[in-house]
Amino acid sequence: MAQARLDRRDQITGWAFIAPALILLGLFMIYPIVWSLWMSFQVGKGMNLSFGGFANIMRLTKDPVFLRALGNTFTFFIVQVPIMIVLALLFAVALNDSTLRFRGLFRTAIFLPCVTSLIAYSTVFKSMFATDGIINEALMAVHLIGAPIGWFSDPFWAKVAIILAITWRWTGYNMIFYLAALQNIDRSIYEAARIDGVPAWARFRYLTIPMLKPVILFTTVISTIGTLQLFDEVYNFTAGNGGPSDSTITLSLYIYNLTFKFMPSFGYSATVSWVIVVVVGILSFLQFLVARDRRRSA
Amino acid sequence: MTSTTMAENTASAATKVGLATGAAPFRLIRRGLVYLLLSIAAFISVFPFYWMVVGATNPSAEIIKGKATLGGSLLTNAATFFAQVDAPRIFFNSAFIAVIATALTLAISSLAGYGFEMFRSRVRERIFGLLLLLLSIPFAAMMVPLFVMFSQAKLVNTYVAVILPTVASIFIIFYFRQATKAFPSELRDAAKIDGLKEWQIFLFVYLPVMRSTYAAATIIVFMANWNNYLWPLIVLQTAENKTITLILSALTSAYTPDYGMILFGTVLATLPTLIIFFLLQRRFVEGMLGAVK
Repeated sequence: MAQARLDRRDQITGWAFIAPALILLGLFMIYPIVWSLWMSFQVGKGMNLSFGGFANIMRLTKDPVFLRALGNTFTFFIVQVPIMIVLALLFAVALNDSTLRFRGLFRTAIFLPCVTSLIAYSTVFKSMFATDGIINEALMAVHLIGAPIGWFSDPFWAKVAIILAITWRWTGYNMIFYLAALQNIDRSIYEAARIDGVPAWARFRYLTIPMLKPVILFTTVISTIGTLQLFDEVYNFTAGNGGPSDSTITLSLYIYNLTFKFMPSFGYSATVSWVIVVVVGILSFLQFLVARDRRRSA
Repeated sequence: MTSTTMAENTASAATKVGLATGAAPFRLIRRGLVYLLLSIAAFISVFPFYWMVVGATNPSAEIIKGKATLGGSLLTNAATFFAQVDAPRIFFNSAFIAVIATALTLAISSLAGYGFEMFRSRVRERIFGLLLLLLSIPFAAMMVPLFVMFSQAKLVNTYVAVILPTVASIFIIFYFRQATKAFPSELRDAAKIDGLKEWQIFLFVYLPVMRSTYAAATIIVFMANWNNYLWPLIVLQTAENKTITLILSALTSAYTPDYGMILFGTVLATLPTLIIFFLLQRRFVEGMLGAVK
């Protein structure tokens, strides 16, 4: 086994293989992260910074735009991630059936959105969501709505449009992870369950879900991180302002605006970015807890 | 689950199955629903691509009125696009950045993945664990210091600034380490007995054997770089250095965007990733399987 003690030469070779990556990560990731943590306690404009202790954290609690951005980011996260994960699971299970015809075609079609850039697809969606555009036209044709929706002038519908767009872009991506994991599951378990007369939904609930739990956890954490960093789509949909009236502004967009749009306040924007770190940390931890609890009770 | 509830479940399940198999139409209906669901999903997934291509042939005024059939404005849209965008230069920027970044990322991250897996030691395992923790730190948390670093080094608005921070990717290192677990150790042992040095084993044994892993990683990394937005938006500041992604976004932000022209550009920007995906599709799924195992 590779666990056997390495001799001196192997030790040196081992370090040599990982050294380029470690140097680059140290320089362009760890150093900036530590720096931004330090920066988050600095106050002032531009490069004129001085130590402000907890001043930035106090400022967070009284900053309406920050609170708005935090709320919006949570809304996107709570609504979008579960919808996407459930849809991806559903498609993966349906496509895992080897008797299904046109499997390859369906799989390719559903995965296709992942090849587009976030900017390209949000541009396409923006043109589809125009007030007299194809989406409103289609919804009116099937009498789901009576009058056109102002997708980007109404705070509620602007959020809906963004959630629809993100779901379109990422569902197939998550589905591929589930498909891959499903193909690793031993088919004989399903056969045995079927012969014992276990119905399809129960096979799904008591066989598929528990066996996919690690992958579901993985995709949930990845999607959580992705949603909390939401930037490109909102920036492109709203021409960079998170409108109408901040109703779609996200934490990342606010950090960008604080740093590069207004008079730069590096310290305060670093504080906001650490809010994302803390939230991601808490949510990932909670997701791990939930996954572990379920395993214990099962 | 206790044996009694198991028995109960099985019993009630058996009656249900009896009903279902007794009535073949029920199974047919379920089948039909599955096809319907998948067809709707496939349609929704593909429609925006159709819309993009059709839009490139229509004038902007028709597009925002929902016209979804081919029009006659393709040449006008192309002419407007090429008049407003220095396309050769912009696509060169995108391609150069994506190709160099992909090559460097694959080289550096596969070396590290191999190193972490083949030469395990307690210190390196700790470092690896730390890297996995860092994976969850969002880019926003480092972008301000990164920008200050590059502006102090007078590298803002250069390719170097776009490429360097992306080449050591923790995700790709992790991916290669996972894939290396499936690399047959007999091959390495045999090569060692033949007197090959470790770098020779990596280059002449590992690399050819792992080519589908590299293919999959190529797709993931190339697409990420070609489509990268936030960091290039920050460091590329003059028009002639921007990537196609940045230009498209700038065109869309106009007060009244010319969608015909923009969708024409979007088609051009999406083609490279589409082509790569269709060429390497099977490899891609193989590679993904390797990563999840």
